[in-house]
Amino acid sequence: MDTSQDILQQASPDLVRGSDTARPAKAARLSPSFVSWLQAGPMMLVFLAFFLIPLVFVVIVSFWDYNEYQLLPAFSGRGYTDTFEGCIAQLPDLCTIAKTYLKTLKLCFLVWAITLFIGFWVAYFLAFHVKSKTWQMGLSLLCTIPFWTSNVIRMIAWIPLLGRNGLVNSGLMKTGLINQPVEWLLFSEFSVVLALVHLFTFFMVVPIFNSMIRIDKSLIEAAYDAGATGFQTLVNVVVPLAKPGIVIGSIFVITIVMGDFITIGVMGGQQIAAAGKIIETRVNALQFPAAAANAVILLVITFLIITMMSRIVDIKKEL
Amino acid sequence: MKEGRPRSFYVLAIFFAAYVLFLYGPMIAIYVLSFQGPQGGLTFPMNGVSTYWLAKLFQGTGIIDLGASFRRSLLLGIIVMVVTVVLSVAAGMAFRRKFRAQSILFYSAIASLIVPSIITSLGISLEFRIIDDLIKAHWNENFETSMGLLTSGLGAHLTWTLPFGLLIMFAIFNRFDPRLEEAARDLGATPWQTFRHVVLPIILPSVIGIGLFGFTLSWDELARSSQAIGAVNTLPLDLQGLTTTVTNPDIYALGTIISAVSFAVIALALGTIHMLNKRQAARGSDAGKGLV
Repeated sequence: MDTSQDILQQASPDLVRGSDTARPAKAARLSPSFVSWLQAGPMMLVFLAFFLIPLVFVVIVSFWDYNEYQLLPAFSGRGYTDTFEGCIAQLPDLCTIAKTYLKTLKLCFLVWAITLFIGFWVAYFLAFHVKSKTWQMGLSLLCTIPFWTSNVIRMIAWIPLLGRNGLVNSGLMKTGLINQPVEWLLFSEFSVVLALVHLFTFFMVVPIFNSMIRIDKSLIEAAYDAGATGFQTLVNVVVPLAKPGIVIGSIFVITIVMGDFITIGVMGGQQIAAAGKIIETRVNALQFPAAAANAVILLVITFLIITMMSRIVDIKKEL
Repeated sequence: MKEGRPRSFYVLAIFFAAYVLFLYGPMIAIYVLSFQGPQGGLTFPMNGVSTYWLAKLFQGTGIIDLGASFRRSLLLGIIVMVVTVVLSVAAGMAFRRKFRAQSILFYSAIASLIVPSIITSLGISLEFRIIDDLIKAHWNENFETSMGLLTSGLGAHLTWTLPFGLLIMFAIFNRFDPRLEEAARDLGATPWQTFRHVVLPIILPSVIGIGLFGFTLSWDELARSSQAIGAVNTLPLDLQGLTTTVTNPDIYALGTIISAVSFAVIALALGTIHMLNKRQAARGSDAGKGLV
């Protein structure tokens, strides 16, 4: 379980050993484990109060009853039965919840595939083609800065480009390719995927770059000397060694898209159903147990996806 | 190995440039459009150039009380930044030794990062609702709510910023040379003196990076605030509200102002980091300078 310590130790073996041997007598008044608690305790408390306990409440409330305007703290499966309403009766047709999850998974897959493609090559360029450290830092920073700015603004930013009178439409009209504005550019699945890729490719670039930068360049030279083509080197050397980064980036992107309701709301013109949006809709209707039940379902599915992916790689080792 | 640049370099350089254009192009478009003339609309072409929409925003004749949201977001951002820096540095130091519950803290941070924001947000709102109900039932019938900007809102933001802070601390201490601390200890420094005069100056540039993450992530936070902030709005929530109703460049002007704050903070932080790094390089070693 304590692998994070092992990792730290591996990365810099002196780190832990040193602090154990050379402790002055004066400091011995505070026991090391007490100091550790003092240092790590506050953060632990924040996670306890605002993350772990809330998660427990989500699970508990998902089994409560409710009426039009309030929570009723009595055991009930209504949150779940309401959610899965018609799922058996309507067979072989899919019920609403199943359709919504299929749609969400489809968005997830599209965004994952595109961010992986872009993220991989951007990271590859930064790690292997940019030789100077200064340039590497500058270009990485260039990719990071948008991450520090507002997501909503980066969504709105597409309106002047993709709208009915936007740059893309007017450009296409001028060249005569189309006679009337294309409607599916904005407030559609297309714009949702575009915005998600725009916002979250960063989460793919960083971990992949991190994995690639650690690859020993002499391995690539060795492959080259042994007669491998560029493509063979890529497939047999670079990709396997970059796999941890690819998996971590994939986990980030998939969990973000699975739970997203803002991008899908704003870029889908509030018309596209998704797993995260159901929760928001239920909360707005003050149906908290139903919202909580949906949150539990989303949590379970997200957890399953992560477990499947982390089979491929040990996340702790890579941080 | 090779002479000159391989062809793949140029292909990928073009790909990279296209990606950067994809990242920045749309953002720049709305910054430009927020300077539309008074008659201008939501799209190009520009209908004159003016600061009409920006001025309108500052006069408060807009749709909502932006001044109040602005102050709230700023206050929350600064508090989140300070708390994130202090707690992350402290926890980062703790992780250099083995301690019990280490794995629990680590996994909590990672889970907090990847559990969908809407779930965390919903959980916090349920938690505070239940606390409210308890207070109303047992102590004070007229109690309004314990939810608010600096209670549930602050907590929600911290669940998002602290994992980043902790991961940055891991990165720092992965390349930290512990012999520097040993030297300080051997010279008789107390643990606090060692931290204050040896460790902190060395890690300071990265600590400012943590502050940068803390402030900007809070300043732009939306998904976690959505259910957990209580009755008041932050700027991003106002902005999101505008997306469904507004038909004139108000919204771009607001976007430009929010971004201007982000860019100012980014520039300030990066400038400070650069300055500190330069100073470290120049004065880092006092070898041969004798006793001062």
